[in-house]
Amino acid sequence: MILEPKTLFDKIWDGHVVKQVKDGPDVLYIDRHFIHEVTSPVAFLGLEKRGMKVFRPKNTIATPDHNVPTIDQHLPIKEELSRIQVQALKDNCAKNGIELYGLDHQYHGIVHIIGPELGITQPGMTIVCGDSHTSTHGAFGSIAFGIGTSEVEMVFASQCILQPKPKKMRISVEGKLQKDVTAKDIALYVISKISTSGGTGHFIEFAGSAIRNLTMEGRMTLCNMSIECGARGGMIAPDEETFNYIKGREFAPKGEDWNKKLAIWKQLKSDDNAVFDTEYKYDASDIEPMITYGTNPGMGIGVSGNIPTGENLTGSDRITFDKSLEYMGFKPGDKIKGKKVDYVFIGSCTNGRIEDFRLFANFVKGKKKAASVIAWIVPGSKKVEQQIREEGLVEIFEAAGFALRQPGCSACLAMNDDKIPAGKYSVSTSNRNFEGRQGPGARTMLASPLMAAAAAITGVVSDPREF
Amino acid sequence: MSIEKFQKLVSTVVPLPIENVDTDQIIPARFLKAVERKGFGDNLFRDWRYKKDGTPNPDFVLNNPRYSGQILVAGKNFGSGSSREHAAWAVYDAGFRVVVSSFFADIFKSNVLNNGLLPVQVPDAFLDEIFQIVETDPSAKFEVDLESQTITILKAGISVNFDINPYKKECLLNGYDDIDFLLSLKEEILAFEQA
Repeated sequence: MILEPKTLFDKIWDGHVVKQVKDGPDVLYIDRHFIHEVTSPVAFLGLEKRGMKVFRPKNTIATPDHNVPTIDQHLPIKEELSRIQVQALKDNCAKNGIELYGLDHQYHGIVHIIGPELGITQPGMTIVCGDSHTSTHGAFGSIAFGIGTSEVEMVFASQCILQPKPKKMRISVEGKLQKDVTAKDIALYVISKISTSGGTGHFIEFAGSAIRNLTMEGRMTLCNMSIECGARGGMIAPDEETFNYIKGREFAPKGEDWNKKLAIWKQLKSDDNAVFDTEYKYDASDIEPMITYGTNPGMGIGVSGNIPTGENLTGSDRITFDKSLEYMGFKPGDKIKGKKVDYVFIGSCTNGRIEDFRLFANFVKGKKKAASVIAWIVPGSKKVEQQIREEGLVEIFEAAGFALRQPGCSACLAMNDDKIPAGKYSVSTSNRNFEGRQGPGARTMLASPLMAAAAAITGVVSDPREF
Repeated sequence: MSIEKFQKLVSTVVPLPIENVDTDQIIPARFLKAVERKGFGDNLFRDWRYKKDGTPNPDFVLNNPRYSGQILVAGKNFGSGSSREHAAWAVYDAGFRVVVSSFFADIFKSNVLNNGLLPVQVPDAFLDEIFQIVETDPSAKFEVDLESQTITILKAGISVNFDINPYKKECLLNGYDDIDFLLSLKEEILAFEQA
């Protein structure tokens, strides 16, 4: 009998199905459950009401990241509600025997940064977290996706989740990327092509030579943004790059166990003739440094381009487009280059890894921050912060007029003290430019760390290739 | 434990003809700081519903006395973005039991289903029809029947069918709880872990 060719996604998913519900979702076993302070307390409360404790605490990893301040982390959190949520996480973890990497722990950081950097995230796993950017972990060839709080409670109670199996999409990017084009630009380019709902109902596998040539940091950035086109998640088949990244990390398999795991991981790829429900193919050389001009991540253009005129839009499409540009204070057809920038944010689970800070440092080295710009440089984790210091990047930042902050989600989502004021323009390496995302009235332009660096130096939207 | 049942509803609708309404608009992140599931309804669509000084924005539909009801009708791709279930809680807490759109984001859809709220996906043309009808007649009533999976514009007598996963339909019709179901599979889960 010839076996039907399978996608990587199918292989991992099918291997985790405990039971198929007739006409219903699959009961999917979850290998790793990451939790944070915002989406877990109500799930813990639900569990308590049932008189239960977490079923598999050893497969659960906790860290507070959304609410935390990014300066003076040794002091109590000033804002009361945030302090209560962070304390609730601590209490709930203690009650249930869950390992917590709190603010004072050497492994503290944004949940999607620390999982991979500690070697907790591994190929072939199923990983969930009450956070949509859980898709980040798919960079290792795992099935990782964000869930709601009811589902967090399901995983607490049973280490399983009820999920209908999504459709499969493959996005291939072939060829060589232009100079100064990064994984973030690939992500913004793809979303601008397929829109913020183009991936809905699907799980994406990213493939092609341009993807293979990305570092693990770049792959994480790309998979992180897969939720922004509406997909449940994104993944990339593991290869030598993946294995080299994992090897030797704190929770990576060691010794004989490593050899066994490696043999399994090497099998993790889509079969040659595997069928995807939807396929897109792009040429890497068509992609230039990208930036968004509107209020969803699909509203992106190359830095040399103009804001669309929207003249062909009608009905609610037109209303939505006009509302978006009005919020941003932009006119249809305007050039994006040269637009004023007030704030620059580098960090978040999208671009808060060491490579992002290296890129930024390399660009600003020997230059000076524009006096009009306020810049927040926020490492994704304590380990990233430490690496920044060890590599001497702090000195480069300081000489150029930038200060390094402490790890957290920071200005990505305006849940902590780092908020962009109303009406101000920010070039941000984070993942969402929704109205009010970085603070009520804040105007966000999403871009890569290089684009952020160029904006920080010039005070306007600039093309990093011109430096 | 059980969730609130949903079988049939007849109500007027509240129209929100905006596309790509993301969960940051449904409930901004700064209002996610509760450790209990209550009080989110007051902050539903917070930054559209209130002016900067905290007074209600009279231009926003929830503040418009012409419109009320338990059915929210929104433009396509409703609920994109963050996985925050607080968005579903806010919609529910504000008194809605049905959300109608021509397209829902995945996580939002499963979140509302887990909270006794029914997502009703209709064709674009039908959505436009609803918007047109309620603009001229805000008292127009709609019937949503889960058993037959139909939504009907009563005064026009036009119906369309909507899809729902049969398992989820059973859960909503009967108030069954997912966690009770998962706990009933304990032996199978333990066997899976051993394999």
